[in-house]
Amino acid sequence: MSGKTLYDKLWEDHVVFTEDDGSSLIYIDRHLVHEVTSPQAFESLRLAGRKPWRQSRNLAVADHNVPTVDRDKGIADPVSRLQVETLDNNCAEFGITEFAMTDARQGIVHVIGPEQGATLPGMTVVCGDSHTSTHGAFGALAFGIGTSEVEHVLATQCLTQKKAKNLLIKVNGHSGAGVSAKDIVLAIIGKIGTAGGNGYTIEFAGTAIRALSMEGRMTVCNMAIEAGARAGLIAVDEVTIDYCRNRPYAPKGEHQFMAERLWQKLHSDDDAVFDKVMDLDAASIKPQVTWGTSPELVVPIDKKIPDPALEPDAVKRQGMRRALEYMDLKAGQAIIDITLDKVFIGSCTNSRIEDLRAAAAVAKGKKLADNIKLALVVPGSGLVKRQAEAEGLDKIFMAAGFEWREPGCSMCLAMNADRLEEGERCASTSNRNFEGRQGYGGRTHLVSPAMAAAAAIAGHFVDISSVLEGRQS
Amino acid sequence: MRAFTKITALVAPLDRANVDTDAIIPKQFLKSIRRAGFGPYLFDEWRYLDHGEPDMDCTHRPVNKDFVLNKPEYQGAEILLTRENFGCGSSREHAPWALEDFGFRAIIAPSFADIFYNNCFKNGLLPIALNAQIVDSLFKELVEGYRLTIDLETQKITTPGGKSIGFDIDENRKYRLLNGLDDIALSLKHADKIRAYEAERSKRAPWLFAD
Repeated sequence: MSGKTLYDKLWEDHVVFTEDDGSSLIYIDRHLVHEVTSPQAFESLRLAGRKPWRQSRNLAVADHNVPTVDRDKGIADPVSRLQVETLDNNCAEFGITEFAMTDARQGIVHVIGPEQGATLPGMTVVCGDSHTSTHGAFGALAFGIGTSEVEHVLATQCLTQKKAKNLLIKVNGHSGAGVSAKDIVLAIIGKIGTAGGNGYTIEFAGTAIRALSMEGRMTVCNMAIEAGARAGLIAVDEVTIDYCRNRPYAPKGEHQFMAERLWQKLHSDDDAVFDKVMDLDAASIKPQVTWGTSPELVVPIDKKIPDPALEPDAVKRQGMRRALEYMDLKAGQAIIDITLDKVFIGSCTNSRIEDLRAAAAVAKGKKLADNIKLALVVPGSGLVKRQAEAEGLDKIFMAAGFEWREPGCSMCLAMNADRLEEGERCASTSNRNFEGRQGYGGRTHLVSPAMAAAAAIAGHFVDISSVLEGRQS
Repeated sequence: MRAFTKITALVAPLDRANVDTDAIIPKQFLKSIRRAGFGPYLFDEWRYLDHGEPDMDCTHRPVNKDFVLNKPEYQGAEILLTRENFGCGSSREHAPWALEDFGFRAIIAPSFADIFYNNCFKNGLLPIALNAQIVDSLFKELVEGYRLTIDLETQKITTPGGKSIGFDIDENRKYRLLNGLDDIALSLKHADKIRAYEAERSKRAPWLFAD
């Protein structure tokens, strides 16, 4: 009998029972809750007279609608305010722990889960948010769910699911200077496409993945959903276990010893069989920049925008033409010639301490280019913000002309006041470049934190790898 | 949830791949704490020429006459025919809510994003994945007044020309959709099994049950 994949192990460990048609009721260890996808779930729960199955497994925080300035003044937009107040009221009524907007631990749900040790290896983690795939970096089975499923988890601590297929993506070798986790995952999406992972759980492996910090691993798993996979996974190693130690919700004492022994087994067996395997050479990956309105429309920084006329598939060709029109770009244009209006450093993809350090290293001692109207740095949580300030990163950013803000989702999806105006072009460390995502008519280019900071300084995209290599030589 | 058994309905073609949930229902409408009323804002940025905001009265907004759902011949369409990877992006259930509230009962595409696909079944909306060539042939034969019959019980689509096309669906999902069943009530029937699982798991992973 062949061995098991990490996904097989996590799945089997959580099956309550399986129906004849192969769908299973699986147990959920951690449910993260935010204000946008939960109000209707709580309302239905209330109408049906149901109670949460296990209150303690839920952790809530408002992140999408929160302002990133003048937090003590509350939320100006009455519709946003009502949604956040609704979460506060629901959590109070149903006895669920919530980090309020003014709590130092408040932040983006996918940043605070791991930060608090609320996400741990071997868990099933769900949230009404597609970027829940982030938590797979811990060897946890984590995926986004809809509001009906949020209600289902609240009421039963379980979900009805069908097992996905196994996809292994191995990133071998070592990545070059200036190439981050973001570039690795964008290169993967460029290769397999935004539907490439549909129906699969992706396990990311290989030396280049193992070499990443937990922050980097979270960036990679975060964007598994952009490759179409609900869940991304990375096997547990010492890096994972070290990160989890002493976190507020992590096991302590005897439980810690027991947990760590179990967590060490959370990797695919050597003889595990995957439905599909893909190899990528890390050394071949350059810093990446998206040029279109889907994350798969991405090229290395030193390349030009591809010509739709050369795309053989008619549906793809049409998509590329639409994207060029929306983005106001032309085939054959060099990426480094694209000038920008705004820069956004933040989001559940790239707002952790390591991301801020990478951006600050580039911005140190420099000034924003004159054409940059606004450059935002939005830390992923209050604790990330505090850490960054202790390291003096806030001063580096502000001296260069960046704005240093309060934590939240901010301009990743512009549900609060931070947004692009029509026609504005942004270098963004977020995860989606869809039409209107960062504001009506706004144009988004997805990049790494160092690439975003470099673009803010130059006013256009620059090849950070050549800058860094020049510095080393 | 409304049950889905059999419909014969007008088909609207949305000839785009990778239609994301931000396009289906832009984020400003996600601030609503209600489940209903998203239909007028479905595909808001494509349907209207101005920028939509929550609670806006859409009857007087400038309309994009070129957008397929604004064309007179597709008024009253209940089946959406579209391309690969429909519903990609965010997990927002507001996307199927908006489609359902607008009047759609079924969506036919070569493939769907996983979370969106799952969300449809919780809202009486039937997503049907067909081979890309079959979808392409439906796009080609679609003319004004083109109607399809979708029978969930027999898992068959019938074209106006009388051609029959089979489709796959999980037995469990089919049963729930045919009967409009509440998932939670069904799962709570297994409360004893959930408790037994918890008892067993708490021995293996006591730190998850310490609180």
